Amino acid sequence: MQLITVAGSPSVGKTSVILRVSEILGQQGLRVGVAKFDSLSTSDDSLYEQKGIPVAVGLAGSICPDHYFVSNVEDCLAWGQRQGLDILFSESAGLCNRCSPHIAGVMAVCVVDALAGVQTPKKIGPMLRLADLVVITKGDIVSQVEREVFAYKVRLANPGARACFCNGITGQGASDLANEIVQAAHTPSLEGQRLRFPMPAAVCPYCVGETAIGETHQRGNVKKMTFADQAEAV
Amino acid sequence: MNPVIDLPLERLTLDHPCVSDFLASLGFSEPDGRQSLRHWLDQLADEDILDAGMERHQILDHVQRLIREVQRMEQDRHARVDSLTLIGGRNKQGEPEPVEISVRAGQILCIVGPTGSGKSRLLADIECLAQGDTPTGRRILVNGQTPAGDFRHALDRKLVAQLSQNMNFVVDLSAREFIGMHAQCRMVNEPQAMVERVIACANDLTGEKFSPETSVTQLSGGQTRALMIADVALLSASPVVLIDEIENAGVDRQRALELLVTGEKIVFISTHDPLLALRGDRRIVIRNGGIVDVLTTSALERENLNRIEAVDATLMNIRDRLRRGLRIEEPVQWPQ
Ligand SMILES: Nc1nc2c(ncn2[C@@H]2O[C@H](COP(=O)(O)OP(=O)(O)OP(=O)(O)O)[C@@H](O)[C@H]2O)c(=O)[nH]1
Ligand SMILES: [Mg+2]
Ligand SMILES: [Zn+2]
Repeated sequence: MQLITVAGSPSVGKTSVILRVSEILGQQGLRVGVAKFDSLSTSDDSLYEQKGIPVAVGLAGSICPDHYFVSNVEDCLAWGQRQGLDILFSESAGLCNRCSPHIAGVMAVCVVDALAGVQTPKKIGPMLRLADLVVITKGDIVSQVEREVFAYKVRLANPGARACFCNGITGQGASDLANEIVQAAHTPSLEGQRLRFPMPAAVCPYCVGETAIGETHQRGNVKKMTFADQAEAV
Repeated sequence: MNPVIDLPLERLTLDHPCVSDFLASLGFSEPDGRQSLRHWLDQLADEDILDAGMERHQILDHVQRLIREVQRMEQDRHARVDSLTLIGGRNKQGEPEPVEISVRAGQILCIVGPTGSGKSRLLADIECLAQGDTPTGRRILVNGQTPAGDFRHALDRKLVAQLSQNMNFVVDLSAREFIGMHAQCRMVNEPQAMVERVIACANDLTGEKFSPETSVTQLSGGQTRALMIADVALLSASPVVLIDEIENAGVDRQRALELLVTGEKIVFISTHDPLLALRGDRRIVIRNGGIVDVLTTSALERENLNRIEAVDATLMNIRDRLRRGLRIEEPVQWPQ
């Protein structure tokens, strides 16, 4: 089975792209399934079910869906194998722009949204920089100039990676994507595999439920910002 | 020893400005320029590296990939497309579409047909350089040959620019900054001069002039269209331009086409505007999802085009006088 990790900020078009690509893969006789990781709720499962795609949903609740993903990825793989899938997509939302579910040796896809503005590719961390394949959605509703500039910024943010435009609604560009995906490495097991980059540590007191504000409540991993005052006018 | 990552940082960032942008985006404090990238990273705290979202070896690897990528982009700037060939597939009923049409740089091909007949599908086939892998089974050749895989997939080799009607500006920049941003990505030698040229050309195409300081989101429909056409003609990387209708809205369509043609673009326009359709070299007629005819604009049609232009000029003149607050009372003189 081929495992493909698909990551991208909320609502960029991950589900739309997976659906369009799955349709093409399905026509090639491949059995495709999806494991969806989100924090509070999702209705993606019904979108997948409507298309007859087997889907498993994990809601991380109070933890980051990408952290949650890594703790569950082996079971996820086993589930896909039990379903007899040829290709298993994991879909997760990089909420903090810093987390990334990408695993060394497992095809990593990052979805970015051209509507998010040309500075976005630079701001997204490992999720984009360490992906094998970058998919740009919503190119249909921005100007030609912004499309070109966005593509350029994606290339600077992840030089040499495969990148393409895919329209999540019409499916334009999805067949190129499907061609890339069928060539992904197979993942028989994840034992001993490593994440491409460590997730951010989540060990400050607020991570574990503290709600009180004030110096005395800040133990553990606390990082202080510098607030510079405006220089006095001469 | 790797030459690049062992160079003093001040040399490295001078030779490759992209590297300093990248390092800045990692959020480190200003490095000592005499150190090499490798040494500097070695002596940064692990914690800072973790904050940057990349490991040391990943940063080193990224910098080298970045330099190669920018060099490639500079080389690719000069890629040329002399012709595009469209080889028919089948229509909605699955009947064969026996056509082969070649378009050379500097030519305009119009696409006509009723709404829903498959004009957008044809534009989409060209956009993705279809190779028999779309529902129509059409194929597109570049310079007479099947395009290499790279041509189809790589972002930077994107052959086709598309000017569609339902586009928005997401950034809020002045026209000068906006085109400047594009010129920077296109690595033109004199970006400022290029920006001035694009905006002057755009103003040439539209009746309502705008200043370079106008925010792009404040431009009218006609001004936006004019700016996008001038940009695509002068600055876009793509040798092929697909346009879905140039509305009447205050754009000089004749000049717009001339501009695209002098830019040696291969232009496809889906349109029912006689001024555009008869100005093209040929027009493709679409019905039922298939190409049913390819008409070469005839001498008689060109003559008619002159008359239609005169009629159009009369209408434009009335519109202009309305805009200026004048009355339209004297009998309209239609040209003979
Ligand atoms: N115009 C346009 N809309 C798109 C495109 N791709 C996706 N959308 C729309 O964007 C919205 C969000 O798409 P989804 O596929 O649900 O996004 P997602 O990333 O899966 O979202 P979450 O899983 O909730 O984080 C939907 O309304 C889609 O129809 C595109 O290429 N163009
Ligand atoms: Mg989704
Ligand atoms: Zn996170």
